[in-house]
Formats: sequence, C-alpha cells, structure tokens
Amino acid sequence: MTDVRLPTVNVEEKLFQNRYRVDADRAHIRIREQAACGRCAAKPCIVCCPAGCWRLEDGKVDVVVDGCLECGTCRVVCAPGNVDWDYPRGGYGILFKFG
Amino acid sequence: MSEKFDFIVVGAGPAGNAAAYTLAKAGVSVLQIERGETPGTKNVQGAILYAHALEELIPDFRSRAPLERNVIEQRMWLMDEGQACTGVSYRDDGFTQAPGNRYTIIRSRFDRWFSEEVQKAGAMVINETTVTGLLKDEAGKVIGVKTERAGGEIHADAVILADGVNALVGQRAGLRKDIKPEHAALAVKETLFLSKEIIDERFGVTDGQGVVIEIAGRITHGMVGTGFLYTNKDSIAIGIGCMLSDLSQRAIAPYQLLEGMKRHPMVKPLIAGAEMKEYAAHLIPEGGYKAVPKLYGNGWMMVGDSAGLVNGVHREGSNLAMTSGRLAAQTLIELKGRGAKFDAKVLAAYKAKLDDSYVMKDMKKYAEVPGFMHGNPHVLDAYPSLLNNAAREMLMVDGVDKRTKQKRILAQVREKRSLLGLLGDAYRFWRAFR
Repeated sequence: MTDVRLPTVNVEEKLFQNRYRVDADRAHIRIREQAACGRCAAKPCIVCCPAGCWRLEDGKVDVVVDGCLECGTCRVVCAPGNVDWDYPRGGYGILFKFG
Repeated sequence: MSEKFDFIVVGAGPAGNAAAYTLAKAGVSVLQIERGETPGTKNVQGAILYAHALEELIPDFRSRAPLERNVIEQRMWLMDEGQACTGVSYRDDGFTQAPGNRYTIIRSRFDRWFSEEVQKAGAMVINETTVTGLLKDEAGKVIGVKTERAGGEIHADAVILADGVNALVGQRAGLRKDIKPEHAALAVKETLFLSKEIIDERFGVTDGQGVVIEIAGRITHGMVGTGFLYTNKDSIAIGIGCMLSDLSQRAIAPYQLLEGMKRHPMVKPLIAGAEMKEYAAHLIPEGGYKAVPKLYGNGWMMVGDSAGLVNGVHREGSNLAMTSGRLAAQTLIELKGRGAKFDAKVLAAYKAKLDDSYVMKDMKKYAEVPGFMHGNPHVLDAYPSLLNNAAREMLMVDGVDKRTKQKRILAQVREKRSLLGLLGDAYRFWRAFR
C-alpha cells in the first residue's frame, strides 16, 4: 500500500463531550482469558476501538469501559472470541445527546 | 412482572418503533422494551430519514416530527488524500415545493418523538431495561423475554427482535451467529455546531433546505468505506466508516480517518469554527443479502439492523428497518385475526412480504457487491486518484497540447491498472452492480 499519513488524535478529548452514566464496579466488557491476549500479535481491539478503551498496561491488554460507545467493535474484531461483551445495565453507559 | 402480552418488541430504534406502532394501531397488546434511558439515547445514525417508509405509518409526519433539513442537494466527492477532489452533484429546488423525499434528522430527538407516537397508539414502552434472553417452551418455541430486572420474565405469543446490529438477544438464543468483521462497517461521527445562518451561507441553501455530501477515495486509505457530511438545522454531522476487517488488517484507527477528512481542504472551510458537542461510533451491518440470517422461527422474527437489512450501496438502512418492522407486525396481526399459532411455518409469511418489497429486492440486486468490494478495494483507491490526476492534467493550461496530455493520462491509467485489469474491473463491477 502507498504512503499512509495519518494524524494523531486525542480520543479522550472527544469523549469529554459525551454524556455517560457510569455503572461503577460493573464493567460490561471483560477479557475472558488474559493468556489468549498474550498469544495475539495483532491486538485489533487496541487499534480499532473508536473510544480508545483498550490499551497495553505493563505489557498486558487492559480494557476500561468508562468511555465505551457500545458499538461492539472489540467483540467482533477479536478472532479468538476472547471478549465477554454485554450491554450495560438498562439506563447506564453512553447516553447519546444527538446520536 | 409476571405479565402476558400479545406481542413483545425488543428495541426502540426505527425497526422496533415501526413494529410497535403498527401492532398498537391494530389494537393488540404490545410491550416494547428499550435499554436506553429514553428511546434514542443508544442509537446512532448519519442521519438521513427517507420519507416513504415513515409515511406508510404516519402520513402527516412532516408537520409533526422533529426534522432538521429537507435535502435538496446531494454531492458526491471522490477525494485524493492530499488536496484534490472530483465531484458531481444533483440539486433540485423542486424538492422544496413537493412533499420532501428525505430529511436530515438528529436521531435522539427523532427517536424520542417516534416513541411518543408509539405510546399514543397504545403500546406499553419500558425504558432502562435490557433484555437478557428469550423464554422458550419445551418445544423450543419463543414464548417471551427475560430481562435483568428481578422477576423480569414477560410472556407473549411472539417476539420481534429489533435490538440492532449487535443482535445479542438472537445470538444468545442460538437464532443467529455474530456479525463478521468483513460484514461490519465501523463508522465514527461528530456532531459539530454552527449557526443556521452560517450553514445556509456555506452550503448555498435557504429556508430549511439541506445538503448531503457522500465522500469516497483516498480518505479511506485504500480501505472499503465512505465518508459523509450532512447539514442539520444548526449543526453538521460528519463521519466516516470502513469495513472492520480492513481497519483491523491495516491497523488504522477510525478516528484517524475522520481527522484526516476534517483536514481536507474541501471539508475544512465548511466546518471551520464549529463546536464539537458529541463523538459517536456505531457498527453498520454491510454484509448484504448473503449475510442476512434466518429472519423468523417459532415465535420470533428479526427486523432492521439485527436482521442485517442495510443497502450499503445506496446508504439506506433506516427505511429498510421501518419497512421490515411494519411487515413483521402486519404478519402478526393477520395471523392473530385467523387465530393461527405463531410457529415458523406461518411466520414464513413475513419473509414472503419482505421478498415482495423493495427491501429484499434491493438486497438481492446488490448481493454480489460486498464480495466484489472486499476482493477489489482498489476501485475506491486507484480510480479516484486517476480521475483527479486526469482532471488536473486536462485543466492545467500550460502550453502542452491536448493530445500529449491525453497520452499522459492513459499512460498513468496503464501504469496503475493493466488493460486486462481495467477490463476485468469493468466486468466485475458490472456483474456486481447490474
């Protein structure tokens, strides 16, 4: 593929504009088995998540769902099916003002 | 809650609302369950509302629904990643006089209004409640839903699943498989606020007229996808989507594409000075006809995004959602009138209605397109560049004669695609889109 010139973006700044009702201590997305993430070279969850919820922490894949946009990308893009993905409890999570 | 309704609708997007509205209007008892705080708070779309599908349900919606702008102009841009852009546009001010054909909408506002209409029609709507599974009898027939609420099992004669692209309810009940990355487009979108006057001026419109711009080309860096820019009353919706399999393979984040598009010189002045007030993301089921799951079974039907009913070529989805919701509901009403059981055999009537409508006819027409795009991503990459280069060559007046310029253009084309490649592309394109 030809040259790719892509800008760097601070996603957190974007998420700051959104409205959420965070369900503290009740993450709706969980990693099933950390070892499977260790075996995955591509880690498409980290690349593709539009809210930047997935990252590497001390070499381990970690997910923090507070800014989640509930799109489903991480679940769909995870080839080994290692993402335990649920909707948040009713009324919690992202509350789109415009949608 | 230990209650029994005639029918339950899961989800309050366009498909679910169309279904619940149709059922309620027919006087049957219907419960609609929505996980958002209010209908619309979980829903994301560009958004264009195609009038015809809603008109079937609410003929006078134009005077009552929260519509943004009446779309009178569509621009299609093929962008180079740098500075160039070739485009065509169709504008018809006649759309202002005749009943509007399509409108821009803000989904959270529109969905809330639609839900109020559903409730006025007599449906019971419960918000802030997530459906966690389906109830089945010994024979495997769906007889209701489970919710997360204590004792939250509710019975019904049949359930319409309108829970959207992630379709968790159907998946967990084993009614369909999860969507594949090569069948899902991931779109990100920002809502940018500007005054109504500035939007009118920048887009050359007045009196509630709107412009939509669809964008393809190097902005997606050779991946299958498109961008859009829609004018609302006092905001602009701007977004871009690419197939998830492409983003994953190329290791590109969707917001990087959006940022790149916002900085393109064709786009930048249109959104200059705007205030970003929301950033959203959503998956779009773009697998087309071949990826449509089984649409009905014993006691259940699937409608809208959860059924994969999106016409990716024409950027239509919410109209297919509303029509499928309406047809599913009409099927139930007819069967109830005949006193029939709601098993798979009789619910096949829903599929027959869909097949007979534009929904499945259009899905079938473009059945080969997703596969074609997946196998030929260069059509969205090489050709826009070639087109822009050709335009540049011909429009640059510099003392070089036109035949020489024509030869240069052809040489560029031959360099990117062999003659056989060109013919092959043309043939495959024709086969997929005919």
